[in-house]
Amino acid sequence: MSGASLAVVGLAGLVVAVIIAGIAFADRPATRAWLFGVDRLSAFVGRAAAWCIVLLTAVIMYDVTMRYAFRAPTDWAFDVSYMLYGALFMLSGAYALSRNGHVRGDFMYRNFSPRLQGQFDLTLYILFFFPGIFALVVQGWFFFELSFMQNERSSLGPNGPIVWPFKAVIPLAGGLLLLQGLAEIVRCVQCIRHNAWPTRLVDVEELDVALIAAAQTEGLDALTARVARGGAQAAIVTTQGSPHTP
Amino acid sequence: MLSDATIGILQLVLFIFFIMLGFPIAFTLMAMGLFFGYFAMEHRVFDLLIQRAYAVMSNDVLISVPLFVFMGYIIERSNILDRLFRSLQLASGFLPASLAVATMLTCALFGIASGIVGAVVTLMGLLALPPMLRAGYDPKLACGCIAAGGTLGILIPPSVMLILYGATTGTSVVQLYAAAFIPGFVLTAAYLMYLIGVGILQPHRAPKLPAAERNVPMGVILRELLIGFVPLTVLTVTVLAVILLGIMTPTESAAAGVVGALLLALLYRSFSWASLRESVYLTARTTAMVCWLFVGSALFSSVFGYLGGQKVIEDLVMSLGLGSTGFLILSQIIIFILGWPLEWTEIIVIFVPIFLPLLDNFGIDPIFFGVLIGLNLQTSFLSPPVAMAAFYLKGVAPPSVRLEDIFAGCMPYIYIVVVTMVLIYVFPGIVTWLPEYLYGNSGAPAGIMVDSPPVGGFIEETIGELPPLR
Repeated sequence: MSGASLAVVGLAGLVVAVIIAGIAFADRPATRAWLFGVDRLSAFVGRAAAWCIVLLTAVIMYDVTMRYAFRAPTDWAFDVSYMLYGALFMLSGAYALSRNGHVRGDFMYRNFSPRLQGQFDLTLYILFFFPGIFALVVQGWFFFELSFMQNERSSLGPNGPIVWPFKAVIPLAGGLLLLQGLAEIVRCVQCIRHNAWPTRLVDVEELDVALIAAAQTEGLDALTARVARGGAQAAIVTTQGSPHTP
Repeated sequence: MLSDATIGILQLVLFIFFIMLGFPIAFTLMAMGLFFGYFAMEHRVFDLLIQRAYAVMSNDVLISVPLFVFMGYIIERSNILDRLFRSLQLASGFLPASLAVATMLTCALFGIASGIVGAVVTLMGLLALPPMLRAGYDPKLACGCIAAGGTLGILIPPSVMLILYGATTGTSVVQLYAAAFIPGFVLTAAYLMYLIGVGILQPHRAPKLPAAERNVPMGVILRELLIGFVPLTVLTVTVLAVILLGIMTPTESAAAGVVGALLLALLYRSFSWASLRESVYLTARTTAMVCWLFVGSALFSSVFGYLGGQKVIEDLVMSLGLGSTGFLILSQIIIFILGWPLEWTEIIVIFVPIFLPLLDNFGIDPIFFGVLIGLNLQTSFLSPPVAMAAFYLKGVAPPSVRLEDIFAGCMPYIYIVVVTMVLIYVFPGIVTWLPEYLYGNSGAPAGIMVDSPPVGGFIEETIGELPPLR
């Protein structure tokens, strides 16, 4: 286990270094650029993985069609489909974190001042987030390594596809979450200092979030009038296209 | 020295405390599982974490979650809601409280197809609330029907909630869909009866529309229904029917539903690559949220069970000397109260596994229990202080509508839900008839339980020297 211990100590050192750097350089423009850079990386990987849903739909439809129309079911569709699903959600974990998309029990939290939120978040990132993510990265790596060395194949079909690339998703997703978590603790430090959450990259929002924001920024009457005229689609279209709102 | 079981209970109590601090729950669960697991089984807990994560990644029940979510986002962005609402508004013109009835029906159908409560409530808040207020409706009545109607989508199949319940409890999603089908419609019918009752008994709260808007020629109504109502209904009914009749698995049907939703968007001339891209990204984020929660809770529950916390809860509940009715009432009250601060995903994924082993002792069918929970969780969207549906609606309602009005408008629906639950308890046939009719007593194939202990127990495998890589 000494390799694992070394890795954990190294990762813990990285977290401490980032916190110290975050405190020292919280207000530098370079810090801001670095934070957005991490957001972009998480979003890039997450969005790439997101397209798995289209592939997943296509694979399942192909399999169903072959089975019902041609009586020729595929022997790979099952393996491929759970791999697409697994990669989809694991690799978009960091993307969801960068958009604050992981569910919180926030009925008290939402009434805290930003500074108090930042203090709680910073503490709990160190206490709760990083230990679990370290375990995912380190143990996930061993899990993948073992499978890779055996050139493991899926046992579900006669010609099961190799599974080690799929198992590599665990340490990879852990690594992305680790990086995004580091960005988040720097944001916590910034928030504690200024009592306001720093901006983060925003792309597409849930419809309710977008509509409520639109009702506030452009006035409810304007929004309602447009919905009455052009239907729901009008409201949806106009709420898009503001990539840098806090 | 503390016994393992005491530590298990400590784990649960601390977790409930930590959940209040507002940190993302998936990671709180993972950390609590790791800390307490390390105490009990030392470094083997790391193997357990990876095993549980891999089990969620290759789970063949949860695989349908992203597909149904994707279908929902496509429908949400397909410009179908206003046509649907207009057609139902014309068709229900002759009824008392016709606008509210049309709103409720629109919310229910759109909610079933899309399954996204926030979207249904905010869109209907913009689309249906202004005409109702203009027509002189009581704001309480108008808001209540949007909030309650928008929440129906999480219960009535094909709903993601029942998939999560199936994955958590190891019950068949097909059976759950069959079981929840009739109760969902009973609840919708009860909501509609309430609205019509108000329209008859208190006409000042829901004035009739002017005659010009009521007397629409039949031909126009039929045409509007054909355009606005029929396509979405056909899609939803087909997706559900092929599952219930055993023609397709829920996963296959969901994939077909995605294709159907895309066709629908093309039909309504609202398909665009931009909106497809948005749906894809949102699907990934929602799926990540739900499934990472599963990764965390799978580890948490495994450790909780290993420590024997489950056994303590079981002993505690058994020592109360409750009958099965008493237990059912107690458990539903606990879930009702958990619904105030928490959302349904957390309740299903984290707290249902704690109740599950108890059901056997009281001879309660987990499927029956699941339908009751589904009904119960309707209230978690409607009951203060954290009524999500009310807050969504407040965000798009005119300032004259106060939050208290929305809460007051939701109250009758909470009573209706409770009455429906009692009704189902007294006449369990409402739940059991359809699954028994379709599948007999043998049942559809059972699901796979995410939280079950790993095959072969928790014994560490020793791995010999591996051959060097060539």
